[in-house]
Amino acid sequence: MDTQIADPTLTTYDVERVRADFPVLSRTVHDRKGKPGKPLVYLDSAASAQKPRQVIDAMTRFLEEDYSNIHRGVHFLSQTATDQFEAVRGKVARFLNAPSERNIVFTRSATEAVNLVAHSYGRAFLSEGDEIILSVMEHHANIVPWQLLQADKGVRIKVVPVDDRGVLDLDAYADLLSDRTKLVAITHCSNVLGTVTPAKEIARLAHERGVPVLFDGSQAAVHGVVDVQDIDADFYIMTGHKLYGPTGTGVLYGKYDLLKKMPPYQGGGDMIESVSFEGTTFKLPPARFEAGTPAITEVIGLGAALDYIESLGREAIAAHEHDLLRYATEKLSQVEGVRIIGTAPGKGPILSFTVEGVHPHDVGTIVDQYGVAVRVGRHCAEPLSERFGVGPTARASFALYNTRAEADALVSSVIAVKEFFGA
Amino acid sequence: MMDELRELYQEVILDHGKNPRNFRHPDDANREAKGENPMCGDRFMVYLKLKDGVVEDVAFQGRGCAISTASASMMTEVVKGKTEAEAKALFETFHDLCTKDDHEHGDHGPVDEEAMEKLMVMSGVRQFPVRVKCATLAWHAMNAAIEGQDKASSE
Repeated sequence: MDTQIADPTLTTYDVERVRADFPVLSRTVHDRKGKPGKPLVYLDSAASAQKPRQVIDAMTRFLEEDYSNIHRGVHFLSQTATDQFEAVRGKVARFLNAPSERNIVFTRSATEAVNLVAHSYGRAFLSEGDEIILSVMEHHANIVPWQLLQADKGVRIKVVPVDDRGVLDLDAYADLLSDRTKLVAITHCSNVLGTVTPAKEIARLAHERGVPVLFDGSQAAVHGVVDVQDIDADFYIMTGHKLYGPTGTGVLYGKYDLLKKMPPYQGGGDMIESVSFEGTTFKLPPARFEAGTPAITEVIGLGAALDYIESLGREAIAAHEHDLLRYATEKLSQVEGVRIIGTAPGKGPILSFTVEGVHPHDVGTIVDQYGVAVRVGRHCAEPLSERFGVGPTARASFALYNTRAEADALVSSVIAVKEFFGA
Repeated sequence: MMDELRELYQEVILDHGKNPRNFRHPDDANREAKGENPMCGDRFMVYLKLKDGVVEDVAFQGRGCAISTASASMMTEVVKGKTEAEAKALFETFHDLCTKDDHEHGDHGPVDEEAMEKLMVMSGVRQFPVRVKCATLAWHAMNAAIEGQDKASSE
């Protein structure tokens, strides 16, 4: 018993109770002729997480009772909706330990947040010959917006490599930093390898040269505690739908002096002070970057998702997920012919792998017949799949609602794949 | 449930997937087209030797899943020796086989019935909509090569 008590996940984290909060997790898939198929084993949360009842209810309640447009009306409902919407800005600020809620810009997605910085900051402050440093692990969302800027402004993109485990090469990064470097944009946690990058050190080295740093926290914000002030991020990006919240909710954190000097990204209502055909003046951030009616109900849902996460405790969630990753890695490694891609120490709960002799697409189709949902492909990170010379991979990702039994289901379905193909 | 898997991955398909036929780059090929599925990273080059409107040789290289590799392999077997028109008719008919119910199949002109019988093993993909692109990838590339394009336009 002593060893069990030493494991915090067993004493403080009741995963079955957590699972009961997620209606979809009780369903079966591939039902046939009224006969239930296999229980859903959802291991694709890194693509998008399932939603707890608390989020669904908060959105329904808001739509039924308090819905209205925000920042506009003098009427009762508009004020109510505005108050609730703005309260979520405060929750996000606390979630990231931002100094103030005015550092928080709502976007429609993490992708839009990167595009916002590339378009606004990039066009205003970068010019031909300036360099942007990315890593080879970036999601396409943190590559392509910079390539568009490259085509438009003639900036150059430099890429930090990783070693065979998937650890970022900090020395190479330090060497890439130069007087020409004007921005660093790097993931805080790789969506393919799970590698957590040393954000604080990345920022420190950049700041020695006065270079601002953007972190893509789409995965990192889900699996641990993020403190934007501690890592000293200039920009930090996250997305709601991977945080058990709805789609249509992205977040850009920015240091206020940077946000303040940035021109608008899109024009429209709600971001202006006054409009005339002689000239228009813009509101201060964050409103300046929130043109048009936002995803109001979804932001309310995001607020409920953050409350939910806090109610479980982010450290407890991280410990639970880490246990699953360790367990699944150990079991899957024992299957002959399985190669795990991404073995960085302290990585997030993302498990990419290949099965010798079987294409990942076939792996995905077959494990799906056992109810196991994994992502297959190149995970929107083509340069990385080239780096590891493996092409596409299968990826299982673990979330706060997954169990060791589900990790077992993954492993036995992979064994079934091998048997099927005689591999 | 597993029956459908067996339906998709019939022995013939597993065999072609593991030991693809005409997996080479012919020296005398005069047409080639790339077929690519960006979602899963499957990538094939299809090579044709066209002479006087006849496909004298057809081969492919690249990497893909069992379904796409088997389908490419079988494509090379049935298309070889066909006229351009016959090859295109086979492509259209095969495409229907993978995507449409029997009664919706169109008339694409005279088609090699024996070849179609062989290709019937691929019809299991209809139960797996996301895999249809795998089954038709090399066929699209072959069709593009006949039309003188260097890459298959994805549907």
